[in-house]
Amino acid sequence: MKITRQEVEHVATLAKLNLTEEELSTMTGQLDTILSYVAKLDELETGDVAPTTHAFTINNAFREDEIVESLPRKEALANAPLENGEAFVVPRII
Amino acid sequence: MNPYELSIGQARTELDAGRLSSRELTLSCLQRIKDVDETIQSFLRITEEEALGQADAADKQIAAGKAEPLCGIPLSIKDLLCTKGIVTSCGSKILENFVPPYDATVIEKLKDQGTVIIGKVAMDEFAMGSTSENCAFAVPDNPWKKGFVAGGSSGGSASSVAAMECLGSLGSDTGGSIRQPASLCGVVGMKPTYGRVSRYGLVAFASSLDQIGPLSRDVTDCAMMMNGIAGYDKRDSTSIQKATPDYSASLSQGLKGMKVGIPREYFAAGLDKDVAAVVENGIQILRDAGAETVDISLPHTEYCVAVYYLIAPAEASSNLARYDGVAYGYREMDAESLVDMYRETRSHGFGDEVKRRILIGTYALSSGYYDAYYKKASQVRTLILQDFQKAYESCDVIISPVTPTPAWQKGVHADDPLALYLSDILTISANLAGIPGISVPGGFSADGLPIGIQLQAAHFQEETLFKAAYNLELGTKLANRCPELG
Repeated sequence: MKITRQEVEHVATLAKLNLTEEELSTMTGQLDTILSYVAKLDELETGDVAPTTHAFTINNAFREDEIVESLPRKEALANAPLENGEAFVVPRII
Repeated sequence: MNPYELSIGQARTELDAGRLSSRELTLSCLQRIKDVDETIQSFLRITEEEALGQADAADKQIAAGKAEPLCGIPLSIKDLLCTKGIVTSCGSKILENFVPPYDATVIEKLKDQGTVIIGKVAMDEFAMGSTSENCAFAVPDNPWKKGFVAGGSSGGSASSVAAMECLGSLGSDTGGSIRQPASLCGVVGMKPTYGRVSRYGLVAFASSLDQIGPLSRDVTDCAMMMNGIAGYDKRDSTSIQKATPDYSASLSQGLKGMKVGIPREYFAAGLDKDVAAVVENGIQILRDAGAETVDISLPHTEYCVAVYYLIAPAEASSNLARYDGVAYGYREMDAESLVDMYRETRSHGFGDEVKRRILIGTYALSSGYYDAYYKKASQVRTLILQDFQKAYESCDVIISPVTPTPAWQKGVHADDPLALYLSDILTISANLAGIPGISVPGGFSADGLPIGIQLQAAHFQEETLFKAAYNLELGTKLANRCPELG
């Protein structure tokens, strides 16, 4: 086994997902199959190979620090599931 | 001939000559959508009113002699490109009601050129999938065979172009999502070099792999669309500051002096025999046009699926953290605490494939596993990139199949995600290496399903791709084809 049910449960917590018992079983099986497949990469010796995170190395994409109009508050709030005209409203935190 | 049957190039001639108006052309496409889309299901939203307004504005520009090449041309847009004031759902319940307050750069460019945006088309949720069956709202049908997949994730883009519901479409390609549906639906689809087209306003899946590109009925149209969307954008810090050539100028007959590489790893066991025959025919067409062929090797091809299905989910798990029910999108309103609100919103808002990839990605990036998975995959990505660099020392273009098989029946891989991932093996490497690729219709399988041919070139060599693709198309004579729709 590459991944256990408990590990999937832990990862779901990290990813802020709830899984039903059934989903947990299915996902554990499918993730195990996928992770067993990707273990194929261990066939390759990659000791001193530099990792690639982007196909091109772009260093410091600078631009002028110009002041431009930002999105008006009304428009920024327009898609919110809950707002009070000034801010997004969420369940009480403290 | 109905106006909707015209290619973009043909429509341009008719519009400029005053024999056709953009309004007539747009109405013709809208009628075609009404006639066939109940079956094909390409569209999530038809923006009829806006489209007719844009068509009338285009007709004024044309009358004034100020028409740009895409002026007055009706296009469909994959539903992950932000369109101001028009719902952009990404095929997900979590963005079902999301109305972007701005346009993606490519949309802004199209609007500036007077293009008509006819609607938003279906896709796999957050572009994760190879069949568009992961769309929360509609699953497009393959216009060539009822009950077969249109491919994905830009399935609605490909089906809308193949069914002639519009003259072209914009899609996005993270691991083959433009080229694969283009191949399965018998249309042209290009994934440009990473950084050639601005990603600003593209809802992110895997940011180091995503690229926007055109799907069209022929190579000429594809070049016209690339001219319309390519270029540096200061709002996308990964877009490249490099002059955009006139791609239409690269469409010339004859390939004398061009070297075409044939990668032996792309013709491995498991390749469908009809697919192999179509590509073999394509190779002969390029030879007949004057190209020289050379055998090449891309030795790390067999590792690309494993690399991709670690890197793409890792980036996705980070990108999709933003869907928390706070500022936009779906929210589970009954949750009592903030953390419950996050968890319930995401659990109800995302579909299974998206959850699966978030879980893989979160796992691959989590403490203790990062080196074994994410770092290892990033190192093998370097080896894949080096394979291409080495290959392009001996050739200009690489020819191959796009997919190992033609389209398959809906539902076939529903319980076996890995089997579906493996079907991406021939398109994924281009995204990992950032190189451009194009799928061009090559022929048909014994039972009438389209089969595409893939051409790939070195970074920023789209002109070479267009030249080779144009000559391929002259040989196959498969430009602007449409199936009989019942």
